[in-house]
Amino acid sequence: MLDADFFRRWMTATAASVDREAERLTALDSAIGDADHGSNLQRGFTAVAAALDKEAPQTPGAVLILAGRQLISTVGGASGPLYGTLLRRTGKALGDATEVGAAQLAEALRAGVDGVMALGGAAPGDKTMIDALVPAVDALGTGFTAARTAAEEGAQATTPLQARKGRASYLGERSIGHQDPGATSSALLIAALADTAEADGE
Amino acid sequence: MSEDTRVGIVLVSHSAEVAASVAELAKGLAGGATAVPVAPAGGTVSGGLGTSAELVSAAAETVDRGAGVAVLADLGSAVLTVKALLAEGDELPEGTRLVDAPFLEGAVAAVVTSAAGGDLDAVEAAAADAYSHHKV
Repeated sequence: MLDADFFRRWMTATAASVDREAERLTALDSAIGDADHGSNLQRGFTAVAAALDKEAPQTPGAVLILAGRQLISTVGGASGPLYGTLLRRTGKALGDATEVGAAQLAEALRAGVDGVMALGGAAPGDKTMIDALVPAVDALGTGFTAARTAAEEGAQATTPLQARKGRASYLGERSIGHQDPGATSSALLIAALADTAEADGE
Repeated sequence: MSEDTRVGIVLVSHSAEVAASVAELAKGLAGGATAVPVAPAGGTVSGGLGTSAELVSAAAETVDRGAGVAVLADLGSAVLTVKALLAEGDELPEGTRLVDAPFLEGAVAAVVTSAAGGDLDAVEAAAADAYSHHKV
C-alpha cells in the first residue's frame, strides 16, 4: 500500500529529476516552443518540495492536491495549470484514504489525465504530455516499471508527430522531428513514480 | 444598476505592459469609464512574460463589486491558468467567468457594456460578439 510519505517521496524524486533534466527540457522547448519548459517546471517542483516539507499533508490525496496547487501558482507557463490539474484531480480522486493501492492510484491518475485533456483540449497524437501520460496510465495496471517504459516510449513517439496544440502548433509541419518537451517531462514524472515504487519494493 | 455595482473586468495577458495598456485603452475608448472596475493581470510576479495565478486572483478580488467578474485572457497559459483557477472553486470571487473573446476588441466591448450598466451576461455577450466584427 502507498501512504502519504510515498507520495511525498514521488514528488521529491520528480523535483530532483526535473532539476537534473531542466537543461534538456528547455533545449527541447527552444526547438518548438518558447524555451522555458525546464526552468518553469524547475521553479514549480522546487516550490512543491518546499511546500510538502513545510506542511506535511497526511494523506496521499492531500499531498497531490497541495503539489498541484503549488504548480498552478508558481510555474507561470501553460505547464503550471496542466500539471497542476493533473496532480490535483488525481489527488481529489484518491479522496481521504490514508493508504491507497496501485489499482486505486491507476484509476485516480486516469481521472487526472482526463482533467488535463478537458482543460487543454488535447487528444492522443497531438504531440503533447497526453502522449506519454495515456500509455503510462494504460500500463500502470501491469506495474510501475511497465508504466515508466510506456511513458518513455510515448514521449519518444512524439518526435515524428505534427503539433496540434500549444505554441508548437503555430510551427505546423516544422514541429515534426522534435520530441515534445511536455511529453518528455511527463515521462520524468512517471519514471520518478516507478523509481519510488521500486525503492520500496512495490 | 448603480455605479458601485458594475461588472468587474480582469485582463490577463502574458505581458504586464499589454494587460495594463489594453485596460487603459478600453477605459479611454469607453469615454473614460472611471466607474468600471478594470484590473490588469499581466506577466509573472517577477515581471517576466507568463501568467501568475496570484496576480489573476488579486485582480479579480479588486474588481469584484458583487455583480460578477468577466475575465478576458490572451492565449495559452493565460487561458489555462484562469480555467484551472475556476475549476479550483475557491480561488476566484463567486460569479467570475472566463469570457471567450478577442483580447483587445473584447476588452473594449466589455468595458463599454459594463459602463452602460450591463449585467455579466450582457458583458460576456458583448465581448464574445467582438469575434464577429470583421475588418475586411
